[in-house]
Amino acid sequence: MSERDNIFARIKEALMLKAHASHGHGLPLVEEHRRVMPPVGVTIEEQLTLFANNASELKATFKFVKDVAELAAELKVLSAAEQWQRAATHTGSLAHSQTMALGLATIVTNYGYDKDELELCDVGITECDALIAQTGTVLVTSHSAGGRALSCLPSHHVVIAHRSQLVADLPEAMSLVKQRYSGNYPSMISFITGPSRTGDIERIIVLGAHGPKRLTILCLQN
Amino acid sequence: MSAPATHFKEASRRMAADLRHRRIIQTAMVKYETVRDQRKLWFQDWQGARNLAARTKFEAVNHLDQYLEQFVRLIESRGTKVHWAGNAEQGREIIFNILRAKNAKVVIKSKSMTSEEIHLNDAMVAAGYEVAESDLGEFIMQLRGEEPYHLVAPSMHLTRGEIQDTFAQKLNETTTDSPEDLTMLARRVMRRKYLQADVGITGANFAIAETGMISITENEGNARLTSALPKTMVTLVGIEKVLPRYEDLALFLPMLAVMGTGQALTCYNTQYGGPRQPGEADGPEEYHVVLLDNQRTLLLADAEQRDTLGCIRCGACLNVCPVFRNVGGHSYGTVYAGPIGSVITPHLRGLKQWKHLSDASSLCGACTETCPVKIDLHHHLLQNRRNASAPTAGKPGFFQKLAFKLFAVVANHAALWSLTTKLSRLGMKLRGLVNGSFFDPTRAWTKTRELPPIAKQSFREWLKEREL
Repeated sequence: MSERDNIFARIKEALMLKAHASHGHGLPLVEEHRRVMPPVGVTIEEQLTLFANNASELKATFKFVKDVAELAAELKVLSAAEQWQRAATHTGSLAHSQTMALGLATIVTNYGYDKDELELCDVGITECDALIAQTGTVLVTSHSAGGRALSCLPSHHVVIAHRSQLVADLPEAMSLVKQRYSGNYPSMISFITGPSRTGDIERIIVLGAHGPKRLTILCLQN
Repeated sequence: MSAPATHFKEASRRMAADLRHRRIIQTAMVKYETVRDQRKLWFQDWQGARNLAARTKFEAVNHLDQYLEQFVRLIESRGTKVHWAGNAEQGREIIFNILRAKNAKVVIKSKSMTSEEIHLNDAMVAAGYEVAESDLGEFIMQLRGEEPYHLVAPSMHLTRGEIQDTFAQKLNETTTDSPEDLTMLARRVMRRKYLQADVGITGANFAIAETGMISITENEGNARLTSALPKTMVTLVGIEKVLPRYEDLALFLPMLAVMGTGQALTCYNTQYGGPRQPGEADGPEEYHVVLLDNQRTLLLADAEQRDTLGCIRCGACLNVCPVFRNVGGHSYGTVYAGPIGSVITPHLRGLKQWKHLSDASSLCGACTETCPVKIDLHHHLLQNRRNASAPTAGKPGFFQKLAFKLFAVVANHAALWSLTTKLSRLGMKLRGLVNGSFFDPTRAWTKTRELPPIAKQSFREWLKEREL
């Protein structure tokens, strides 16, 4: 017998003895989750405000931009302020065109890249799958955000999002992932909630432990 | 007494008297309690959430075979290689085989208590691999050659000055003692390792049956990089970690964050379902998932304590435990410290050697009250005591039997009971004269404690006075 069979045999034997269910039977419905989970408001406006408040509490930067022109201007300002030399992005059309317009030395991860060079990039500019109001979270996948390293290795992660990508809560984000990718899931799905941080030294929060030190979310209104 | 029991007794006596240690832990815990309590209020119904979490884990653990089978089928369908390890040795051997096949030299690890459980690091280092722990707290522990102090915060017992000294000695790099500078130093060192590493090893917080993915919860981004840069990725996960549905994470991720660190959600909660897929920009060429039993099926076979397999390793029961807060994480001498460790260690490593941990409890129930998945921890400690004193463990001694016989006689006769109470009050006064000396019959007990005075009036006497 293989070790797999041994383990399954032990599990099946163990489960012949029934345990007492002290807290009720069966899997809770998503609606039951929603009754206990943190509230998210009703209207889109409330949820946008909630997202903005959460992002600011997490020390992420969240900004609305009216249109693509304002987005480009905002990126230019950031680039000048932080003196970006090298940028990285992916083949997502908006992220790609906006990054190229900055006129920096640019890596496009989908075309293949050298990881030492990606590490040297000042910024990683990606798109995303959703913004989650409940927790101020950005949802990315290896499909939507140029693989695994782009949103984590450069020291500043800039997310380009669209107002219509806002979802109310975590269950909605998860059902969105299932609908969008069912049968062909990306190999990585990441819920990013603020810039990287650690509290391992005297419980004092330091940003940029291993991942990005800064997280900027630029949200298109139209 | 078993060797672990001797160690525990000696270490806990020493640590309980270490006021500096207690001050550090106390400060950290008060900070934790403040943010945790704020976050609990953020939920519409925290107690309701605990009930739903307990129900979900009950369903998962009591149908473990079905969910595990589903998880494995789906994650394999995307090209993941799944391995089965019956015990710690098999687990290490599987990982060594992967390292050999890949001709690996440098290994980078993200935080995994399961890898501590099978002593993976020591074995890899002994076999000549260069191993880097990437989580900041674990990295500090690795440099110091210590075991993690706490499930969630491995270095919580250290001050910034001690960490500064460790970095200066082991890395030959000097910085100020500011947490910011120390963290940036670790970041620089670890970046080099990420770029060199041949294999990345992670743990897992959950394994989702419905979608065939593992889920990793972290703050630093070190697990993200461990799974992004090396060509081979390995995840070591206990078989009990399954959750039935993807949406279950919507409940468990915030609950884990609230109880673990007092956050609404930790920085990165990431699901991995396979190696790099066609059309993806990067990711490992090979992905291996090692499923570990290592006595978990033994715990599963104990229907009374099966709920302990629902543990999400948030560390909340350690944080509230008066014993843990006084004796510290290292005194336990085992990977899983605190109440949950005291309950499961005897099952994982043998009741005879580890039964003493069941006595290291005041049975106050703070652990049970805080547990987000409602594990009945303090009753399990009692059950372990019962199991340890079962007939095979030997019969009670002559004096023990005599004491209980005398007590039964006294307790069964009201007049005798009332006489004994009165005599005890006199006895208390007389004891004051010999307090702590050889003639004090309570000296073994009062050496480290105050003897509470017996009430001036018994309840019966009090009631009698007030009855008309």
